[in-house]
Amino acid sequence: MTKPFKVLMALALLAGLLVVIRFIQGLASVTNMSDGVPWGIWIAYDVVAGTAIACGGYSMALLVYVFNKGEYHALVRPALLASMFGYSLAGLSIFFDIGRYWHAYNLVLPWYANPNSILFEVALCIGTYVFVLWIEFIPAFLEGLRKYKDGLPKFAQNWDLTGLEKVWNKMVFFFIALGVLLPTMHQSSLGTMVVIAGKKLSPLWQTPFLPLEYLLSAITMGYAIVVFESIYAARGLGRPIERDMLSKLSSVIPWILGAYLVIRFGDLLVRGSIMALFAFNYKSLLFIVENALFLYAFVILLSPANREKMKPLFMSGVAILLAGSLYRFNSYLIALTPGPGWYYFPSFSECIITFGLIAFEIMAYLYIVKKFPVLPKVGHA
Amino acid sequence: MDINRRDFLKVASAGGVLLSGVGSAQAREAKPRIKDAVGMLYDSTVCTGCKACVSACKQYNEMPPSFSSNDKLWDDPLDNDSKTLNLIKLYKNGTAAVKDREKDGHAYIKRQCMHCVDAACTSACPVSALKKNEKTGIVMYNVDACIGCRYCQIACPFNIPKFEWEKTFPQIRKCQLCSHRIEKGGYSACAEFCPTGATIFGKMDDLLEEAKKRLTYKPGEYRKYPVARVDGKEKTERLVTPYVPKVYGELDGGGTQVLYLSGVPFEKLGLPDLGPKSVAQQSETIQHTIYKGMIAPIVVLGGLVYLVHKNTKDK
Repeated sequence: MTKPFKVLMALALLAGLLVVIRFIQGLASVTNMSDGVPWGIWIAYDVVAGTAIACGGYSMALLVYVFNKGEYHALVRPALLASMFGYSLAGLSIFFDIGRYWHAYNLVLPWYANPNSILFEVALCIGTYVFVLWIEFIPAFLEGLRKYKDGLPKFAQNWDLTGLEKVWNKMVFFFIALGVLLPTMHQSSLGTMVVIAGKKLSPLWQTPFLPLEYLLSAITMGYAIVVFESIYAARGLGRPIERDMLSKLSSVIPWILGAYLVIRFGDLLVRGSIMALFAFNYKSLLFIVENALFLYAFVILLSPANREKMKPLFMSGVAILLAGSLYRFNSYLIALTPGPGWYYFPSFSECIITFGLIAFEIMAYLYIVKKFPVLPKVGHA
Repeated sequence: MDINRRDFLKVASAGGVLLSGVGSAQAREAKPRIKDAVGMLYDSTVCTGCKACVSACKQYNEMPPSFSSNDKLWDDPLDNDSKTLNLIKLYKNGTAAVKDREKDGHAYIKRQCMHCVDAACTSACPVSALKKNEKTGIVMYNVDACIGCRYCQIACPFNIPKFEWEKTFPQIRKCQLCSHRIEKGGYSACAEFCPTGATIFGKMDDLLEEAKKRLTYKPGEYRKYPVARVDGKEKTERLVTPYVPKVYGELDGGGTQVLYLSGVPFEKLGLPDLGPKSVAQQSETIQHTIYKGMIAPIVVLGGLVYLVHKNTKDK
């Protein structure tokens, strides 16, 4: 157990304790959410930004299985693992956040269902997608089990899992197809969710194009997290970096990011909402930071020379993740104000619970990549 | 990109079919008022800020007092909350010398659920915990359906739904227009106990007619104003003061079932400037355009299954 692992574990355990308090004493005991700010960082980060950051599996599936770019195949599994954890943790966060969690199953009861509600679609979509992600991970899991056969308990050692593997291989294409449809639906709908906030959301973010902007930025963030995670994991685990694959992969990003920027700014200019920038308040500042980060990444990645070097790749990946997250924080939390006089800053416990979940996710990720065949084989072409 | 030309054409034409189908989709239409809907008319110029309505609401909804001071001597909330479904607030400017005047004046405003014609909360709620009653149009809350997600709080342009943050088993709270009293042949407690007739209850048609009539009155003349119910016998004769020439809630945000008259601009009283289009309509238009009949997702899934199957066949 390394020191970083111990820190992560302490954080996760403390978060666990606070979660217990949340369930015994109610949301006010561990959060600063209020009637003026009913959604805090658990929604803005854990669910909205978190699932966008977890779009690696989606973006890679799109590239490898829909556009048939098999040369990136080795990057699919690590992306899938990160997505699995990111989305599962988003689901867990939702369970902690909703006030009447014991009624959560009402979402699937037809007499309660409200298909007009964007949240209805998002909830069912994310729920199904978590399930799909875990199913997609089965071959990696089975391969790993085979490797540890001797370490398994006696009764499991002679399990013939090849039958299961064969069934999975025959059905996988359907789950992969679902795994591309579902995020397309819910990542865009996460944008549509705040349309109903109307004028409570600053005109710098409120637009009928929210679903398209959310979708394009989510796909971009999916590629960014793959770049980020590849470089970071390789450095952290002392493995070679997939230099060629990453530089080719990153050439896709400017196209999608470019489309996002054209729509984002085109819409603001055509509707005249860009004028809100000149109010020179905190929203203007956040708008500038958010878009400066996107533009920085866009410009960096336009140059093929930059895409060959690890530092610019890493920095632009980080910039995209920060920008996309800030875009979501702005539209769900910071620029969404019910009226004057409301104030929110997450409480210490609220933050610990979020960090603790992330810590747990990192620990689980590290454990699994060390024990199961997830990362690209060394020497892979 | 070296995508197979045939595949590209297949996906592109599927996309084209989709877009053409989608482009012709109707925007989700505005919801009309329910024929026999009931509601209230609040006239800020008639209100004296006595808060009998606040007290009556607390009593008939069995709500405990809310405290904003340490002494906790009496119910003194600063805003609607999970225990305060109805509240009177004060507008003050400068010397606050003259009632119902914007500059150097003061005015009262009653805040409770607006029971919107095209309610955002009912559109937002994923489990239909908030629904409009088909007959009365009252936006009713069903605690058995509610999952406590608080999307209704995000959606409501008036920030009315309140949440019980401090409870282990919380729920949403908001004015239900005393539907429990209406069921027994009564009407809203706030209207019944208002001594001046600032808040009156009645059928929407009658209330709208009364509101528009008042806008034709001349300031300085004396007129008979109904008390408690718009169709009731009790009336009070009072001096007419200038009105902002608009009935707030007639069209605002798609229309509401609580109408407002005021001598001071509505925005100053905290009533937001909403266009005639409800946010529910805006949100649902986008969602329906993309997902109408689930056609797009099914077609896209079909295309994806085809492509992925082809691309994974020999693996």
